[in-house]
Amino acid sequence: MSVYTLEIDGREVGARPGETILAVAREHQIEIPTLCSLEGLSTVGACRLCLTEVEGASRLLPACTTAVAEGMRVRTQSERIARYRRGILELLFAERNHQCAVCVSNGHCDLQALATSLGMDHVRVPYRDPLLSVDASHERFALDHNRCVLCTRCVRVCDEIEGAHTWDVAGRGIGSWIVSDLADPWGESSSCTGCGKCVQVCPTGALFEKGKAIGEMTKRTAFVPMLQHMRGRRR
Amino acid sequence: MRPRLATLWLDGCSGCHMSLLDLDERLLEIIRDFELVYSPLLDVKEYPNAVDIALVEGAVSTEADRRRIQIVRERTRILVSFGDCAVTGNVPALRNRIGIDAVLAVYETPPTREVPMLLPVFPVHQVVAVDHWLPGCPPSPDAIFEVLRALLEQRAPAPSGVRFGS
Ligand code: SF4
Ligand code: SF4
Ligand code: SF4
Ligand code: FES
Repeated sequence: MSVYTLEIDGREVGARPGETILAVAREHQIEIPTLCSLEGLSTVGACRLCLTEVEGASRLLPACTTAVAEGMRVRTQSERIARYRRGILELLFAERNHQCAVCVSNGHCDLQALATSLGMDHVRVPYRDPLLSVDASHERFALDHNRCVLCTRCVRVCDEIEGAHTWDVAGRGIGSWIVSDLADPWGESSSCTGCGKCVQVCPTGALFEKGKAIGEMTKRTAFVPMLQHMRGRRR
Repeated sequence: MRPRLATLWLDGCSGCHMSLLDLDERLLEIIRDFELVYSPLLDVKEYPNAVDIALVEGAVSTEADRRRIQIVRERTRILVSFGDCAVTGNVPALRNRIGIDAVLAVYETPPTREVPMLLPVFPVHQVVAVDHWLPGCPPSPDAIFEVLRALLEQRAPAPSGVRFGS
């Protein structure tokens, strides 16, 4: 098997063909912010927070979907990257309704943590304040569309790991939203097994267990690569 | 001369001011290094002129808030959005999605003159220019102390530990 040699932030690193910039960076403890990507699930490049500069490419490329190449020179930090990442984050906060102080995921949320790590101390665009619903029809879980960032982690884990494919994205553009089955209430879904995997992988307070108060919803995602790994072995 | 410090709240719960009080013995340092000229902690009715630093808690959500913040902006050198309600609109802004009529619908006869007219809720920086943002619901005493020290020493505040929510 051949090995590529490339440069990330001035460091020379080795990589296997087919690996993404993100995977190689992580192997070398180089931090790149992410939101939609999750180890063990397919990649969609939905959030764009992992944008990096690749020499020779005029636009920024997402680290989670861009495959490495021989001799590639990548930068994961720059003034330009920081400006884009912060802008994207501000748009995510302005798009729906985020009041961390009264959210089930306060203190355990990937979006909230990104605001801290990227130094986003205010949002410069107007808030949209959309009127969105909460689907609390499921016996044990609920989906609060106000907190959803449309990362589609729930869609992917339900399809790729649980095999139920309860979730999907309906609508277009700013009107997109997550629906169960054919936009039926989640509690009436005939495909949902009630496994709770979608709740665990949701990076925000959008999917949560009923009965959790402010800041009580903690999540675990380590099971996803473990299940993938075990299944890979059985095959 | 000590910098002239003002603190006030618009549509907030006073929690940010409670966190300010939680500076405990460090409050002595604050009143040693700053001249407190206007605050809910003082009995001063009029916002004074030539204020150096103002900590503004709360969102702009009434006509009275809007007039007040404009006066504060005119008379203040450095305006700090103090806490999540000032920075994002936070809990007061929850009403934006249903509109003011829906809020007033809970009253049999909606109040007209007794309370200031409600407006859509805005973060402070979408009404007047803001110089620094201090998120948190409430911001921690350490974060408040750091911003005040930084402004005193005319350096950029260290952003560590600052986050939305609590
Ligand atoms: S989902 Fe995250 S960012 Fe949104 S309100 Fe909840 S804690 Fe804050
Ligand atoms: S609980 Fe399991 S089966 Fe049901 S929607 Fe979530 S991931 Fe799919
Ligand atoms: S519900 Fe959660 S996991 Fe699903 S798209 Fe929204 S934020 Fe992502
Ligand atoms: S993590 Fe790469 S686009 Fe979302």
